[in-house]
Amino acid sequence: MKYVLPLIVCVVIGVFLYKGLDNDPRFVPSPLIGQPAPEFSLPVLGDENTVFTPAQMKGKVWLFNIWGTWCAACRVEHPLLVELAKRDVVDIIGLNYKDENDLAIRWLDQLGDPYVFTAVDQSGRIGIDWGFYGAPETFVVDKQGIVRDKHIGPLTPADLQNTILPLVAKLKAES
Amino acid sequence: MPHLKQQCTLQHNKPLMVFFVLPCLLLMAFTVHAFEQRDFANAKDKALFDTLVAELRCLVCQNQNIADSQAELAVDLRREIFTMIEAGQDKSEITDFMVQRYGEFVLYKPRLTARTLVLWLGPAILLLVGVFIVWRSAKRKPTVTTNQPDTAALKRARDLLDSQE
Repeated sequence: MKYVLPLIVCVVIGVFLYKGLDNDPRFVPSPLIGQPAPEFSLPVLGDENTVFTPAQMKGKVWLFNIWGTWCAACRVEHPLLVELAKRDVVDIIGLNYKDENDLAIRWLDQLGDPYVFTAVDQSGRIGIDWGFYGAPETFVVDKQGIVRDKHIGPLTPADLQNTILPLVAKLKAES
Repeated sequence: MPHLKQQCTLQHNKPLMVFFVLPCLLLMAFTVHAFEQRDFANAKDKALFDTLVAELRCLVCQNQNIADSQAELAVDLRREIFTMIEAGQDKSEITDFMVQRYGEFVLYKPRLTARTLVLWLGPAILLLVGVFIVWRSAKRKPTVTTNQPDTAALKRARDLLDSQE
């Protein structure tokens, strides 16, 4: 009887610690999920006279991918985006974050351009509004312009297959 | 021992240390905030800035606050916070701005809400439980340690001495 309480305490702590092993300390739930996509209007890469605003995408499900040529993980992710764009299931909008236009244009020429538009955020101010901190980041936005999911870090084929594409299909079915 | 000798050369090369390594190290100390000279309107604004950058987490290197982090995002956020202070926004407006974008996780000092209640009250409750346990076990301890000699043992000892005489 004397040892029951310490045993219970040990087991409870043990369970919590064991569960903690699987937690990713870098995972931070985005407060943006369920909120309207932050508005902005930014020039489009390669065509400075055209302006992109998220409002243009109303009625469509789209992916918003924040990237830069300075980001090695973006290079890892890029072929997957190119392949996804070829399948034509969802529009991908890019946000070229704190980058140089020449470098970004060359990158897209060489590696392929999966983006319907690439908006240019040279100052990084729009990135702050989207709570961006771990390049690359990908958001899923629904037809009403609500952010429904956020993925931090390079997308993998498994991420696409298990989370992103099923979610896109579900959102497309919504009115 | 040729190895050891080689390792020591840098330490013994005084001119190299004094004229190259030391100035380099000193310069490193200056680069940190040299590029971020800010002119605050008044001391209150500066104090607000200092508290905010100390209490907000930089999400790029998550165990640093915005004040200490040299990540580009932290530099941008310092600038952003400065601009907001200049525009006359107060502390709660600026923390709201940060929480809306990066979540409650940016606050090193979490707000007192239903979800963070355990976090705030947990340590106090644990302390009370600890005090209670100590108090209870201290009360229960039998008080046998008196200086009164054991009469039975004394009697036995006396009998022994008596029998030997």
